[in-house]
Amino acid sequence: MKKYSFLLIVILLAFNSCKEELDCCVNPPSVNLKFTHNWDGVPITNQDFNELKFTNENGEKLSIERLRYLISNINLIGSKNNLLVDVGENSGTEISISDIENGTYDLSFRFGFSDEDNKDGTYQFLNSVSFDVPAMLGGGYHFMQFDGKYIDNNNQETGFNYHTIRAVDRTNPADLKFEDTSFEVNLGKVEIKNNTEIEIKVNIAEWFKNPNIWNLNELNTNLMGNFEAQKMMRANGKSVFSLGKVRQ
Amino acid sequence: MKTKSIFLLSFLFLMNCASKEEEIYTPVPYNLEIPTLFADKLIAPIIPTNNPLTEEGVALGKKLFFDKSLSGDNSQSCATCHNPKKAFTDETRFSDGIDGNFGTRNSMPLFNLAWNFNEKFTWDGKDFSLEKQAFEPVSNPIEMHSNWKKVVEKLQGNSTYPDLFLRAFGTSTIDSVLVTKAIAQFERTLISANSKFDKFLLGKATLTAEEQNGFNVFMDEAKGDCFHCHGSNNNPLWTDNQFHNNGLDATFTDLGLGKVTGDPNDNGKFKSPSLRNLKFTAPFMHDGRFATLEEVINHYSEGLQRSSTIDPLMKKINDGGVNLSTKEKADLKAFLLSLSDEEFVNNSSFNK
Repeated sequence: MKKYSFLLIVILLAFNSCKEELDCCVNPPSVNLKFTHNWDGVPITNQDFNELKFTNENGEKLSIERLRYLISNINLIGSKNNLLVDVGENSGTEISISDIENGTYDLSFRFGFSDEDNKDGTYQFLNSVSFDVPAMLGGGYHFMQFDGKYIDNNNQETGFNYHTIRAVDRTNPADLKFEDTSFEVNLGKVEIKNNTEIEIKVNIAEWFKNPNIWNLNELNTNLMGNFEAQKMMRANGKSVFSLGKVRQ
Repeated sequence: MKTKSIFLLSFLFLMNCASKEEEIYTPVPYNLEIPTLFADKLIAPIIPTNNPLTEEGVALGKKLFFDKSLSGDNSQSCATCHNPKKAFTDETRFSDGIDGNFGTRNSMPLFNLAWNFNEKFTWDGKDFSLEKQAFEPVSNPIEMHSNWKKVVEKLQGNSTYPDLFLRAFGTSTIDSVLVTKAIAQFERTLISANSKFDKFLLGKATLTAEEQNGFNVFMDEAKGDCFHCHGSNNNPLWTDNQFHNNGLDATFTDLGLGKVTGDPNDNGKFKSPSLRNLKFTAPFMHDGRFATLEEVINHYSEGLQRSSTIDPLMKKINDGGVNLSTKEKADLKAFLLSLSDEEFVNNSSFNK
């Protein structure tokens, strides 16, 4: 199976580079997947970062300072792409897929890497942006790096690092036990008709509430090696993504 | 008759063009040797399409880098503050310019610059591209305090430079753009990838127990947690080349990135420097405030200062930091020093 691993900027270059060739003959339909971000329906861009303007389900005021997450195996007619969405840098939020026939397709992707793909050190584009996971935690890659600040119980601004990785039980450091905490997101059927833009909505508030109401005063930093926290994050992540508008 | 004359003139014109073309020297492409670790782990280095590396361009850039005629009184070159023996920085907190004036930032070491993927250079990221960065020191009144018109006149009047520019860039008419292009070419060849730790990763060296433990402290989110900003065995640049407020000050006298972007949320943020070659690059931080590695480690362990823009990756601020033990600090230092590359600072290709 053909696999691609690149950041959006590389994707754009790649598509631009073959544009002339395609223009000479016929423009095949293309699909543009666009990730948009919101907090319970209120749109978010990187312009909303660094301000304590959000309140999570547990009532804690918080800010977003860094938000990068990994999408793999975007599946539309069997193509398999990996994408690093960096909301702060406004990169990777869109991906184009060309050579698609009109029709109705199932759209799905994986949040993070499955164990099969989560191979330590093998993805140059992720190494280059320091998205890897220490070997002492089993290696591989972050699924998400979400950093910000919140007002803690002492009314003090405090940092949090909501980082998701493959869950690792380090009870016995000599015998690490893993649980795959990546998950598939199935957005259902979409109709592709000529050039189509598909919005994928990302509700960041969901990371803190469903099904686990997240208490930042208890779970704020050093979460990468926290086996139970990683499983809770996985559960909460499943309601983060939803299908938005589909425009032809 | 008139038609014949036109043909004759056209023929002579074409012959003239042909002979000139023959005179144009084609520079030899420079073979940039990518270290194995970089080739395995990282995306390709950034080489601008409008300034490809050539043997002639790199050699010219090296000559210019060490040439004191780029300064107002012919007393300083780029290498004065970027000494190859010091991994292309100097040993002072602030460098003095030709008039004895001092800046407010520590001279940055120079290596692996082609792998700065966002291409934002200097402590505050104000220069987008190496070529643009090279423009600044020549005319800076507290650095080389010259101006480009004078520098170009000096170079143009030199007996060797016009021919070197002709060979490197196809013209003997020198200008500041070509000077900075040549310097940037040389700087892109400054590759450091042969430290003890590099050799360890390649299976050619063994770490001491202290170095190995120090690496573990570096990579442990609950201890040093250095890797989120300073690379890892999978990112052998040992920097993310991003900008962070690492808790040096509660209030800022130098806004850093904030002065460049105008965004108060960027105040107090500076580029993460690479941790390679720390053996040669003291003093440390953007303002050279720490004379030793011990002071640097103590800062992260118990010296953090709270401010509105401090990076969320800085933990336990109320305790001053991550509170490493004496042994953890010593081991961390041992690991950090294993990233020093003796071959790089002694490489004759990089020295005058």
